[in-house]
Amino acid sequence: MEVTTKDHAELAENFNRDEDRVDWHDETLWWVRQKRDKMVHQLPEWEELREAASAIKNNVLGNLHNYLQQFEANARANGITVHWAADAEEHNQIIHRLLNEHKVTRMVKSKSMLTEECGLNEYLHEQGIEVIDSDLGERIVQLAKEPPSHIVLPCIHKKKEEIGELFHQYLGTPLDVSDPQVLTEAARGHLREIFITRKAALTGVNFAIAETGEFVVCTNEGNADMGAHLADIHIASMGIEKLIPEKKHLGIFLRLLTRSATGQPITTYSSHFKTPRKGQQMHIVLVDNGRTVQLGREDFRNSLKCIRCGACMNTCPVYRRSGGHSYHNAVAGPIGSILAPNLDMEKYKDLPFASTLCGSCTNVCPVKIDIHDQLYKWRQVLVKKGLVPTGKTIGMKVMGATLSSPTIYRLAGKIGRWTLKHAPFAVNNNFNPWYKQRDMPEPPEQSFSEWYKENRIKK
Amino acid sequence: MRVGLFIPCYVDQFYPGVAIATLQLLEKLGVDVVYPQNQTCCGQPMANSGFQDLSKGCSDLFLKNFNEFDYIVSPSGSCVLYLREHLSETDHHSPDYLGNKVYELTSFLTDVLKVENLTASFPHKVGMHISCHGQRGLHLSSMSELVAPGFSKPGSLLNMVKDIEMIELNRVDECCGFGGTFCVTEEAVSVKMGKDRIADHLLHGAEYITGADMSCLMHLEGILKRQGSKVKVIHIAEILNAG
Repeated sequence: MEVTTKDHAELAENFNRDEDRVDWHDETLWWVRQKRDKMVHQLPEWEELREAASAIKNNVLGNLHNYLQQFEANARANGITVHWAADAEEHNQIIHRLLNEHKVTRMVKSKSMLTEECGLNEYLHEQGIEVIDSDLGERIVQLAKEPPSHIVLPCIHKKKEEIGELFHQYLGTPLDVSDPQVLTEAARGHLREIFITRKAALTGVNFAIAETGEFVVCTNEGNADMGAHLADIHIASMGIEKLIPEKKHLGIFLRLLTRSATGQPITTYSSHFKTPRKGQQMHIVLVDNGRTVQLGREDFRNSLKCIRCGACMNTCPVYRRSGGHSYHNAVAGPIGSILAPNLDMEKYKDLPFASTLCGSCTNVCPVKIDIHDQLYKWRQVLVKKGLVPTGKTIGMKVMGATLSSPTIYRLAGKIGRWTLKHAPFAVNNNFNPWYKQRDMPEPPEQSFSEWYKENRIKK
Repeated sequence: MRVGLFIPCYVDQFYPGVAIATLQLLEKLGVDVVYPQNQTCCGQPMANSGFQDLSKGCSDLFLKNFNEFDYIVSPSGSCVLYLREHLSETDHHSPDYLGNKVYELTSFLTDVLKVENLTASFPHKVGMHISCHGQRGLHLSSMSELVAPGFSKPGSLLNMVKDIEMIELNRVDECCGFGGTFCVTEEAVSVKMGKDRIADHLLHGAEYITGADMSCLMHLEGILKRQGSKVKVIHIAEILNAG
């Protein structure tokens, strides 16, 4: 997988070199946003559902230690083996050890953004273990040797013709076939073979219920079930924030999740895993990996409410026009931009600035995370940590000083307007990013304050 | 009622016509309005870039200039939102918090003055670009994401204008891409967002694009001019004060 050192702005600029593709990407995701709108407007209680989910998650985050212990005890009583991982490395090691114990070298895995976050596939590959992703979108990006560009729609950046080429190369479909029906059939045949032959299956976890010790995995393709039901060992990877207190709370989240994600009333499969079947082992790995640090950051704590629906990406006008890979993180878009700096501020210092703070993300969020406010707050943190370019710091200091003094401000304004009028080349050049694709405003003869002096004060 | 007029820095320097229209409109409506001379900027440009501490000079100036007024009115949703949220450390629920007295022009007309009639006339096809800070921040209109009754404060005022023809848009409240320093630090995406916003207005035959935030309109104007388009931007104050 390509390691990138470019920031969001550069990667987004690359993405924008092909404007037709940007239009296609934007329209595709806007279509998903519209499906979401259509579905949520059918529920008069939509805003109450969001409020309830947000309140339940508040409770979870405030009492996480208790719910985790309750979940652990109940899951163990159900026959599930519970593991705790402090970070990505420990998570990967636990899974590697479990696979070794069962002499498994080939594993099937359904969608789990946590394993993306932990770099599990790469880690296991280095240990000589093959992982096949069974979610169709994830399988496509895996064949393309790319990371997912969206947490719900991993290959949304790929056109069907490009998928046809990949399938021709790897799955033997005829050349130049891009009919979705044909391609899906081919993927289905390919994955059936994988499901039948793999002895270990890893799944993610959408919700874990403290009260009952069970966990719920939501997929549209049934791929989590196919993998888990046929394998001797089922491992579920779960971020510790995925808990909900009681089973009765689940309905609220299931109603919100897929309406927000894809505009469906519910996921095709919402599978409950509670007890291993006879002869099977079921393991769950509870992963912290920075979550308790985020829990301790008051301003950013409620980012942990996220249920990974992706609605903030579909609505984000920046995401739609910059593509998921421009966020160079497992979770892209607005939510990724507030989660990533918690993991590595230096590496993800650009992401909180990759937003106009329009606030649409906050409005669609089914658990009411104040995403755009947190983006603003991350900017303040990153500046305080000295993680913005020196040029920007100097520029802002000059601007702050100018705007703090009415005299200097008026002088600067006059000089600016004079320059635009008499020496436009000083401004209208390649060093001015505004001018690259936009004209500068027409400079007026007088500022308003000059006009006011003449027309109101002197009179 | 004494009203202080706050004119954002870039409007003062580049769009004095917008400020004049705002002043004249308030005067026409019988408001006792004054423009304090030593004002500069709300402080948002630094704060949104992460340098909120550098905005303190602006905040102090604002508090000094506008302390004596019953209301402060400004033709910019974005600056008003910033002042309401970040003007000072004073508890925002306290009556002493000056930020609560700051109103964006259209909401001042609908909520405080409760304007029901205007004499304005503007015989043109107009598209409304609702700014995100005005809409999602100040709730100047309903938001397409939420399940809630529809309304629009600027829209209700434009409905009072004679002979105006408002056009519909495919995306009623998509961001234009200005975003403060975003417009230069993320130039490619910013411009693409602006182009798409303009395309929606052009598709529906707009002669003018209006809004309650000149910053969005400045960005859109820059693109329109570069495209050689005949379509113009116009601040809502200029329409409400027209004719």
